Amino acid sequence: MIWDTIFFIILPYIAFSLAIAVGIYRSIYRPFTVTSLSSQLLERKKLYWGSISFHYGLVTILLAHLYALTLPKSVLWWNSVPIRLYLLELTGLALGIFAFVGICILLWRRFSEKRVQAVTTPMDIVVLVLVFISILTGILIASLYRFGSSWFTVIFTPYILSMFAFKPNVGLVAPLPWLIKLHVINFFIMVAVFPFSRLIHIFTYPFQYLYRPWQIVIWNRKVKSAKKLSSAQGK
Amino acid sequence: MNVRAHMSMIFHLDKCIGCHTCSIACKNLWTDRKGAEYMWWNNVETRPGTGYPTQWEDQERFKGGWVWDGKKLNLRLHSRLGGLMKLFYNPPLPKIDDYYDPFTFQYSDLFNAPLGDDQPTAIPISQITGEPMEIKTGPNWDDDLGGSSTYAWNDPNLSQLPESVRIQMQELEQIVFNYLPRICNHCLNPACLAACPSGAIYKRVEDGVVLVNENKCRSWRMCIAACPYKKVYFNWSTGKSEKCILCFPRLETGQATACAHSCVGRIRYLGVLLYDADLLPQTAMVSDEQLIEAHRSVILDPFDPEVIASARANGIEDSWITSAQDSPAYKFVKLWGLALPLHPEYRTIPMMFYIPPLSPIVSVIEEDLYRLDVSDEMRDFELFDRLDKARIPIKYLANLFSAGNESAIRPIIRKMLATRIYMRHKSVDGVIDDKTLALLNDAGTNPEEVEAIYKLTTMPNYKEAFVIPEYHRETAIEAWDDPLAHKGDTGFGFIQPPHRGG
Ligand code: SF4
Repeated sequence: MIWDTIFFIILPYIAFSLAIAVGIYRSIYRPFTVTSLSSQLLERKKLYWGSISFHYGLVTILLAHLYALTLPKSVLWWNSVPIRLYLLELTGLALGIFAFVGICILLWRRFSEKRVQAVTTPMDIVVLVLVFISILTGILIASLYRFGSSWFTVIFTPYILSMFAFKPNVGLVAPLPWLIKLHVINFFIMVAVFPFSRLIHIFTYPFQYLYRPWQIVIWNRKVKSAKKLSSAQGK
Repeated sequence: MNVRAHMSMIFHLDKCIGCHTCSIACKNLWTDRKGAEYMWWNNVETRPGTGYPTQWEDQERFKGGWVWDGKKLNLRLHSRLGGLMKLFYNPPLPKIDDYYDPFTFQYSDLFNAPLGDDQPTAIPISQITGEPMEIKTGPNWDDDLGGSSTYAWNDPNLSQLPESVRIQMQELEQIVFNYLPRICNHCLNPACLAACPSGAIYKRVEDGVVLVNENKCRSWRMCIAACPYKKVYFNWSTGKSEKCILCFPRLETGQATACAHSCVGRIRYLGVLLYDADLLPQTAMVSDEQLIEAHRSVILDPFDPEVIASARANGIEDSWITSAQDSPAYKFVKLWGLALPLHPEYRTIPMMFYIPPLSPIVSVIEEDLYRLDVSDEMRDFELFDRLDKARIPIKYLANLFSAGNESAIRPIIRKMLATRIYMRHKSVDGVIDDKTLALLNDAGTNPEEVEAIYKLTTMPNYKEAFVIPEYHRETAIEAWDDPLAHKGDTGFGFIQPPHRGG
């Protein structure tokens, strides 16, 4: 179908190209705009309840998605024992609800706090709504179409692989119910929005802090490089 | 030995009149922008008092600085992993109300109000939301004690004073306060820098200025909590950290910093200190009692041939070495031992120094009349010998400037008193008697030193107060560009406005 081609072939290719190209451009040429735009200084009570649950819930679930995509066999192996399957599904659902509560508080905070409104851009709202849809549809799918952790691996891993191989196999996702399709399309839109929004802070998570030296000193007078330069120029 | 140079400022608290000219000069130059309204890179506090942001010295709450556990120096704020876990929400970060809700007034009301019986007024509005607001506090709400004892007695530095002293300080005829101007201390072991997960903060080697690279700052805001002096601020509009830059564009062009330049009391001095980077951070890894001594020992004698040789080996120009020899900072900190760092127990090794204030003489009320507590002829010597009678308790000054160590404060106050007594006898009586000379001796000083202290304290000219070396920026530019081409290009380029990212 034409719609499936648009949403599951054209949209993801555009979205990921944008994310990569604009993301790199922005990090190099507009580094000042790359920030997580914290508003904790202005409001902290609602942020405490919203931000922590949202981030920890969502990050874990995202990593789980990524894991299932890359190592589907191990997930299927784990799920081969029913009790383990229930455990996994329940944990996933609980984390989803945790993140959902978080995003609801964050949305409420955006609209109820005058000071937060003062720093809210339209893009902030777009991001919050997209994330809200994503988590809501995710929770609904987890409860309506069991057991996601198993069927996800047999449908989406091959689909993603076919996309990577530039031989998209849209037949895999075409028969899915509209709710699942919405979840996926919404994700692609988020990917497209990613480089233009505060979402870009995801890729600046400072792992280097674990090993960098405590203190950083920088010479302004780069005597050595200056000498190198002048000898290279034959001066 | 690894010799580096540092631009340092001396604050002579005995001279500060609390006029806030310095704060205004700084504000007009650097922080008169959206998102920065509430920032005062330079602020002046009344002490005793709670300061700005309110009770910033309460490190139990704000978790600033370093903790020395006998083996390791740890950030009070977080471990490395702990820091990464707290990026989403950082409990010790002060909220805007710990500073104040920045306000302005709706001046247009004065022009647009309809004709009426009353004078129109300009109502206060918040600079964040633009909504009308009630002003509840400000950056100097407790200026001159704020007309009440409520603020002063919440000063964290008073907590360790004996109850009797505190009660005594509240009595009307005993009430005393002094001013404490504060800028970023451009520390040798900055906690803000160590706490930044992105590594966006750095210290310039050539003059020690600590700067935030705005392009690398990712709004993780750990520096704001980690700085024990609360001198890194969060711009709520751009989502980036900002701090005092020691007016480096002014220093690089041979001008004193805006705060120092505009200082009405002429309390500020600027000069180069040479220090030994090899001693860092061990200097901060000693017990509280040894901190001041260790701190002084990092600062090197710029006349020592060995120091000069290794300074040259490190690429420090001769003009900087001469500048360090003339430096008022060197004289006050090292030569005369009069200046101390603010709260050395935070172990960031701050590089701005304070000369503690002298106290007014104690008075008593007798038959409803004020009378000095000492006889006229004994006045000078009495206070000199009875420092514990000083209206500003020595212990209080020690809590501010020497980690509670009174023995670091006493010699300074005694030397300053000796200077005052000596100069009074010299200029009023015209002769110096043996008693005064014995007193100088007692204070560990001599007539030459005292005269030099007097001269630099009371009447330095611009060049003596601000000894600013040549920065030779052209040699730095050579590293990436032809200096002449660079000069010709000035003004032609593109600047991206600091707008809030998407
Ligand atoms: S301008 Fe000078 S005298 Fe006035 S408050 Fe500032 S430091 Fe003190």
